[in-house]
Amino acid sequence: MAVKKRKKSTTTENEIINLTNVCKAYSTGAPALKDVNLHISRGEFVFIVGDSGSGKSTLIKLLLRELTVTSGYINVMGYDLSKIKHRKIPKFRRNLGVVFQDFRLLKDRNVYENVAFAQRIIQKSNKEIKRNVPSILSVVGLAGKYKAKPRQLSGGEQQRVALARALVNKPTVLLADEPTGNLDPKNSWEIMKLLEQINENGTTVIVVTHNREIVNAMQKRVVTLKKGVVISDEEKGGYIDED
Amino acid sequence: MRISSFFYTLRQGVRNLFRNKLFTLASIATISACLFLFGLFYAIVTNFQYIVKNAQQGVSVSVFFDDGLADSRIQQIGEMITRRTEVANVVYISADEAWAEFKKDYLKGYEDGFTENPLIDSAHYDIYLSDVSMQQALVTYLVSMEGVRQVNRSELVATTLTGVNALIAYVSVGIIVILLAVSVFLISNTVMIGISVRREEINIMKYIGATDFFVRSPFVIEGMLIGLIGAALPLGVIYGMYNMVLNYVSDRFPMLTTLLSFLTVEEVFGVLTPVSLGIGVGIGFMGSIVTVRRYLRV
Repeated sequence: MAVKKRKKSTTTENEIINLTNVCKAYSTGAPALKDVNLHISRGEFVFIVGDSGSGKSTLIKLLLRELTVTSGYINVMGYDLSKIKHRKIPKFRRNLGVVFQDFRLLKDRNVYENVAFAQRIIQKSNKEIKRNVPSILSVVGLAGKYKAKPRQLSGGEQQRVALARALVNKPTVLLADEPTGNLDPKNSWEIMKLLEQINENGTTVIVVTHNREIVNAMQKRVVTLKKGVVISDEEKGGYIDED
Repeated sequence: MRISSFFYTLRQGVRNLFRNKLFTLASIATISACLFLFGLFYAIVTNFQYIVKNAQQGVSVSVFFDDGLADSRIQQIGEMITRRTEVANVVYISADEAWAEFKKDYLKGYEDGFTENPLIDSAHYDIYLSDVSMQQALVTYLVSMEGVRQVNRSELVATTLTGVNALIAYVSVGIIVILLAVSVFLISNTVMIGISVRREEINIMKYIGATDFFVRSPFVIEGMLIGLIGAALPLGVIYGMYNMVLNYVSDRFPMLTTLLSFLTVEEVFGVLTPVSLGIGVGIGFMGSIVTVRRYLRV
């Protein structure tokens, strides 16, 4: 009897992220994601929203390959993340900029060194680093503060340093996990404007957020998660009230 | 790896030493304490072994021949003995030499009554062993040889020295095992504390796309430097102490130095220096590799 082989999903030419029937369960047994299907094209700006425990963080961790799927297929930038070898993860992550709510800057190094650090990791020469770092710092409006240590900066400024670090290696995809979570409204908007600007320059931007006002105002694609399931995926969507 | 990356890694390794001064000091102190004990123990044990070895070299077995045995057979016996592995040196003492030595040792000017050599049958070989514990085996072999009349040996000295040697070996192994266990425990604890402080830094590096090698290298350099300093310090202290003790003993107890000979500081440190530095750097290297590894799976 001929066995029919299931055709393996891959990303299409324009598709940069492909999640097909992705499930993730933790060792406790509780499913964090259930049968998630998500396809994101090159150059898109996508909000991922949902309450605490909806599976947003798990999704980001899967996209970063910090976690592996329990079942299903996940492909990011052409890398099959369920099969990728440990030694190939660094190369994969170099095309993936990432920004966190708590900034995650190296506290004992100044702004310049924090950004230059990302370039050193991909073994850029000193000459290239000296050219690229000031350039990206001026994009995020911190050219004048390159000598400052993170503790001397405001929350908004620290997030900009984190953004500069994520962008300096010219990533194909930028993942922002609650980038405005620790910021006041003014700084939140400035960061979102920067993200929009980065997206207009061709980078795919995925933002995980709780910020209803920003999501509703920006009129971008919105994917809503609830208890590990995608309950809505809308172009120019808004924040869905759970009540 | 690019040259600029290599120097960056090296610089980061050196800077890491100063970033967490308390951790650096604690690690150096731990390694220093362990290697100080190791060095002290090594200096004592090697000197002990040296003294015992010297004593062993003085222990000899004497072989006497049958009356009228041909010189050719005596020579043949000598060659057969020399070929044995436990034999360090064989000295032939003729009857005349034996008599001359006897007169010198015991008669001291009262030998006039002797007109001829009373020890005419006392030509013999004095055999010195490289391993005194093999004395019994050698004696059995000698007794079985044709032309051998008598074999003299000191069983008590041989057994005592063999016992002392075995004791030193057991004590050495025991103390080294205890020292290693204590070192590994103390060092792994210290390194764990230091690395957990840097856990966030390692995570950030991994998220940005750093390879394991890139993340690990500064920590490994830091660990090796700590090991190197941790080994160099006790070496300096033991060097000074050893010289002081040797001078003190020769000044205060000159009789002791005529009875016992000690190793020179150069002889002890010729081995102790590379071994200690190797252990220090090795501990630093292994400690950082093993400890960073558990944080690399991000």
